[in-house]
Amino acid sequence: MRTRIVEDLSHLPTYAFGHRSVVWWGTLAFLVIEAMGFLMALFSYLYLRTHAGIWPLNGTPPALLWGTLNTAVFLISLLPNHWVKKQAEGEKLGPVRIGLVVSLLIGFVMLAIRWMEFQNLNCRWDDNAYGSIVWFIIGLHTLHLLTEIGENAVITALMWIGPIEGKRFVDVSENQEYWYFVVAAWLPVYAVVYLFPRWG
Amino acid sequence: MTGLSISRFIGRSRREADRSNPEIHDTGLSDQQLRFRLESTWARRRGIIGWLSTVDHKEIGRRYIATAFIFFLLAGLLALAMRLQLSQPENRILSPDLYNQIFTMHGTVMMFLFAVPIGEAVAVFLVPLMLGTRVIAFPRLNAFSYWVFLFGGIMLFTAFVLNIGPDVGWFSYVPLSGPQYSPGKRADFWAQTITFTEVAALAVAVEIIATVIKQRAPGMSLNRIPLFVWAQFVTAFMVVFAMPAVVTGSTFLIMDRLIGTHFFNPAEGGDAILWQHLFWFFGHPEVYIIFLPAQGMVSAIISVHARRPVFGYTAVVLALVANGILSFGLWVHHMFATGLPRLGNSFFTASSMIIAVTSGIQIFCWIATLWNGKPKYRTPLLFVIGFILIFVIGGLSGMHLASVPVDLQVHDTFFVVAHFHYVLIGGAVFPLFGAFYHWFPKFTGRMLNERMGRWNFWLFFIGFNITFFPMHLLGLMGMPRRVYTYPTGLGWDHMNLLASVGSVVIALSVLLFLINVVHSLRHGVMAGDNPWDADSLEWTTSSPPPVYNFARIPVVTGGAPLWDGGGELPVASGLRVDIREIVVTTAADARPDLRESQPEPSIWPLLAALATTGLFIGSIFDPRAVVIGSIPVAITLIGWFWPKKAGVWGIRG
Repeated sequence: MRTRIVEDLSHLPTYAFGHRSVVWWGTLAFLVIEAMGFLMALFSYLYLRTHAGIWPLNGTPPALLWGTLNTAVFLISLLPNHWVKKQAEGEKLGPVRIGLVVSLLIGFVMLAIRWMEFQNLNCRWDDNAYGSIVWFIIGLHTLHLLTEIGENAVITALMWIGPIEGKRFVDVSENQEYWYFVVAAWLPVYAVVYLFPRWG
Repeated sequence: MTGLSISRFIGRSRREADRSNPEIHDTGLSDQQLRFRLESTWARRRGIIGWLSTVDHKEIGRRYIATAFIFFLLAGLLALAMRLQLSQPENRILSPDLYNQIFTMHGTVMMFLFAVPIGEAVAVFLVPLMLGTRVIAFPRLNAFSYWVFLFGGIMLFTAFVLNIGPDVGWFSYVPLSGPQYSPGKRADFWAQTITFTEVAALAVAVEIIATVIKQRAPGMSLNRIPLFVWAQFVTAFMVVFAMPAVVTGSTFLIMDRLIGTHFFNPAEGGDAILWQHLFWFFGHPEVYIIFLPAQGMVSAIISVHARRPVFGYTAVVLALVANGILSFGLWVHHMFATGLPRLGNSFFTASSMIIAVTSGIQIFCWIATLWNGKPKYRTPLLFVIGFILIFVIGGLSGMHLASVPVDLQVHDTFFVVAHFHYVLIGGAVFPLFGAFYHWFPKFTGRMLNERMGRWNFWLFFIGFNITFFPMHLLGLMGMPRRVYTYPTGLGWDHMNLLASVGSVVIALSVLLFLINVVHSLRHGVMAGDNPWDADSLEWTTSSPPPVYNFARIPVVTGGAPLWDGGGELPVASGLRVDIREIVVTTAADARPDLRESQPEPSIWPLLAALATTGLFIGSIFDPRAVVIGSIPVAITLIGWFWPKKAGVWGIRG
């Protein structure tokens, strides 16, 4: 087919942050998938609740202390997270490197608290359907926490020792965006698993 | 091990970064120079490692199509075995146990390894070409998706051959599939097959969404997207919203079976109906996930072979979107017999009938297109007309089933079997065969034989109706589904024999298609770029397309670029030819926005898929495999994402 050149694209930039990049849309689609996963798990919890006489089935809700503490740490973590995202979008390598290490350390603190949460759920997964769904929901969130910490570790390593180019800052920005999701997913989980059996 | 491989990569990357690397753009290159440059930049390595490392969406798309079609043939052979067994009363060819495995395998393979993947497979090949871009978004994820799909299918068939194939029906209802009634590993293989296929399907859905939103050719605003791409786009959203439900359900199931949870165990506060909700919240959209890509194929084929754009473009797009949304409000109509509240049932009856309206809009638009056009009745169009006839019959029996009293009467009978084969084979397989005839020249460079195509169509159309029409009557006469045999003297004998004869006619038709493919691959007429004088962008490039798809990226100025332009295609220049570069455009108007570089071929997606396979299969036998298996998965993912080359870093701060 005959062609005629009508437009020149050589002036276009080679990367951009946020919704201008392809990877932002891919991340968003994956977040929707994962949000649907949480929705299904929470739906199952409430469904099982409607079919039970007493709730929790074994009579004791999870201890409030560790879950609440973790909720606080999650919310606080948004501040350094947001700061790292801004530094990445300004392409400031030094602050990004420091900020990523801080985020990583906070992640380890959360994992330690999560370990204590599991010790204080006051049920086992094989006790009854209540125990099964509580462990499933907290497990699902822990899986996201682990994934995010793993991704964070790789990106931190990349920014410290790997080859640096502009696109890497887009990766950092996307990684921090994913962290918003991990926090956002925790809030309804906390409300359902910790608060609902007390007040629901 | 990880540390070693990482430092090796860093060493290499730094060396490569040191080389000064002048940018080469396509501006001013002659056509020959341009193609030479692009070929050397985009080609993959030769040999087996190169073959396993490819990230070319066309190569992977072809493999995806061929693999899914092989699963179709295998599941078809299982169907023939069932029809042989049912051809006469009190037959003893298949044992009840083997029959259970065969009908479960037939349904599972047709739904999860053929119908959904083939729709996505055709999209993997065609969507980037129709949008005028060089790659599917996230090409390595695409390779990973294919390998996971392939390994999941191999796992399922291996289990079947070893007599541990699933035997609890394609929807694996609890408590039958639970630990109490299905000891052993059969149901676990079913549940993990679901995990494999969902991972593969979700990956492709994400790719399609990102490709359609960000990689359309400059000027291809939303109202200029081809209808086939619209259909695939809506389907991808449905996959994203529907599939997490079945992943959640099958994870519950496998946990109940392996680590003693009680999600579906009523004795410990669980509930069996929860399974049905989770399964059908996925399962009903699933039907439309299968059907929508076929609607897209129908729109494309009708428009080209009726020689005019589809009548009512906007109405068809809105109907597609409405179908996608409404399909999430129908799932309970699969559960009318479970004793749910009557008000709920009435709601789902109403919503099941509403979807007939949006499906109807499209059918009337297609008929109007044919009416107003100058249709040329070649094989692709024959299959589309066959689709309209059969699908409308299936839609009508669907309206009956949406009514609760009728549904309760014919639930679990052959009437239901007749209905869903009319909608699934009529709604998806007929358009698919039409699509094979229509796009085979683009896939391979050669035309399929038209005369064999006509025989293929007529044998399929007649054989299909002989097979499945009598099943309506058998169902009304009370013959239940999933029975391995039936006693004589119930008046079912002749119609069962007739259905079995029909299935042989379908088999002959499919055999003829295979002969046509094999023959045409060697001796078919050379197709040229645009054998049908079609309108969309995939026909501007050669058949089969070069590895970089388009030498220069098309600029779109209307809804039918090849019919609007008067034989000339406006294009853009300025992309680099020394690295793999594409144009990224804005989401709504498709204004050019970025030049993004694309990843090179890589063996890591294959390794990651192998590691994932190890984790999934290991977890069937020991829950600790999830923890241990995640280590190789993590290693392969790091290998996949770790950048191999340093580009130019434009320091701003």
